[in-house]
Amino acid sequence: MSAGTAKLNVTVAEVKPINELVTRFKFVRTGGGDLPTFSGGAHTVVEMEDGGQTRLNPYSLMSDPADRGAYMVSVRRDDEGRGGSLFMHNNVKEGMEMVISNPVNLFSLDLRAKKHLMLAGGIGITPFIAQMHQLSHTNGLFDLHYSVRTASLGSYAEELQAQYPNRVHVYHDDQDERINLEELLDTQPLGTHIYVCGPKGMIDWVHKTAEELGWPREAVHSEEFLAPASGQPFEVKLAQSNKVIQVGEHQSLLEALEANDVDAPYLCRGGACGQCETTVIECDGKLVHYDHWLTDEQREAGKLIMPCVSRFEGKTLVLDQ
Amino acid sequence: MSKTEFPPSITSRPVYGELEVRPGKHHLMIADAEGAEAILGLASSAPADLWAQTHIIYIPKSTGETYTGDLRALNPAQMYVGPSYEAAKQRIEDTFAKAHMGLQVYLTGTEGLMGQAMAAAIAAGIPHTAIQTEHRGSTARRMQCVHCKGITEDVTTDPFVCSHCGLNLFVRDHYSRRLAAFQGVCIDAEDPGNVPPQVEVFK
Repeated sequence: MSAGTAKLNVTVAEVKPINELVTRFKFVRTGGGDLPTFSGGAHTVVEMEDGGQTRLNPYSLMSDPADRGAYMVSVRRDDEGRGGSLFMHNNVKEGMEMVISNPVNLFSLDLRAKKHLMLAGGIGITPFIAQMHQLSHTNGLFDLHYSVRTASLGSYAEELQAQYPNRVHVYHDDQDERINLEELLDTQPLGTHIYVCGPKGMIDWVHKTAEELGWPREAVHSEEFLAPASGQPFEVKLAQSNKVIQVGEHQSLLEALEANDVDAPYLCRGGACGQCETTVIECDGKLVHYDHWLTDEQREAGKLIMPCVSRFEGKTLVLDQ
Repeated sequence: MSKTEFPPSITSRPVYGELEVRPGKHHLMIADAEGAEAILGLASSAPADLWAQTHIIYIPKSTGETYTGDLRALNPAQMYVGPSYEAAKQRIEDTFAKAHMGLQVYLTGTEGLMGQAMAAAIAAGIPHTAIQTEHRGSTARRMQCVHCKGITEDVTTDPFVCSHCGLNLFVRDHYSRRLAAFQGVCIDAEDPGNVPPQVEVFK
């Protein structure tokens, strides 16, 4: 059960390849009508019926939040992933009916900021496209620094540079162009907030550099969706529902709960939001935490687990579920 | 005088911590009266290059020349000594307007000074949780009369007489971050003239 998010029935209105790895999907409401409003940085969870298995993947909305006629998401194909992005690329066609969640925003703009400094890496560009739309309606001040592997893989880089001249700066890895982060951060006016979305290494680099340069923690925002990690299969006992379930090698604990008709709460499915936090009653083994939610002290205590991304290795795990 | 312990109160009442040197390339320290001691106290743990990156704005009030010599001896990059917050206000706002992210703000001294400087820092875009404070010296309060909206500085008694409209005001712990003032409410509205005796509660 997704907490507080009713489902939306949508029809795929357009499937547009952007480059060799990224494809853009446009959803309109099935039967017509407006979609719910959202704010820049929001994501939707797309349900995929993939041969008897339901995949639920979060994707950032990249369309203009002021346009309620359609939502757009961009999906980067991951050939080594668990199959969600491959399903989107290979199976989703124009005219197909799908189910998506209401938008949820875990990466919203702090509108108290005097200026918004956006740092994107690769497909991490998508939430910023919606945020830039939102800010340009209100004359908000922003700069985007966008790191891409090559010009041909730099999704939307040219369009954004044309749309927001002087505000969008693109860096190409293959031409050895790098964001000069320390200089960039040191020269920002008071009241600037940083937003970073991209690979884990980039997010960690930005948080660490900002902290060293004396930025307040509240002024640095990041979003990284984790795909649930694969790992050894394991068994879980559920105290409330009195069940014993098996979690497969490429299945998350949350997915295993759902496959066994246990109505577990979730929101982001990527270790970020905290909604699926579950109490550990008994643990004879090792909890393998992958989330961004629990603090080091909570991990140390071993009383909580985030079933959307985290796993277990050992003999017995009993959850209050 | 060491830092002040305040009795427990409602959540609206500000709480203060202890200053510590934080990483950053620029440091702005605003203090009044005994707040100078908190700045001088940082010297023992300060890295050698701290003072060369520091701007001190100091309002001695009744302490006169007691601390100014010691503060100057720290050899800060800039130091201003002035008679009142109002006199320093232009300088404080101008400093924030020209500052960059990474600036560390340290406020110490009376509640009135810290509150007003905090409001200026928040208006400049610094999250309030990132601004350090340490209370030193007088516990006299900066009060707003909720009736005429006039501000009375350095209130030491409860009740007190509004310096603008003359009403007898009860000193509440209810605090406004926007106004940097506690709220004073008429204590004899229903029975004019029935005013409890004034007690000096803040020193």
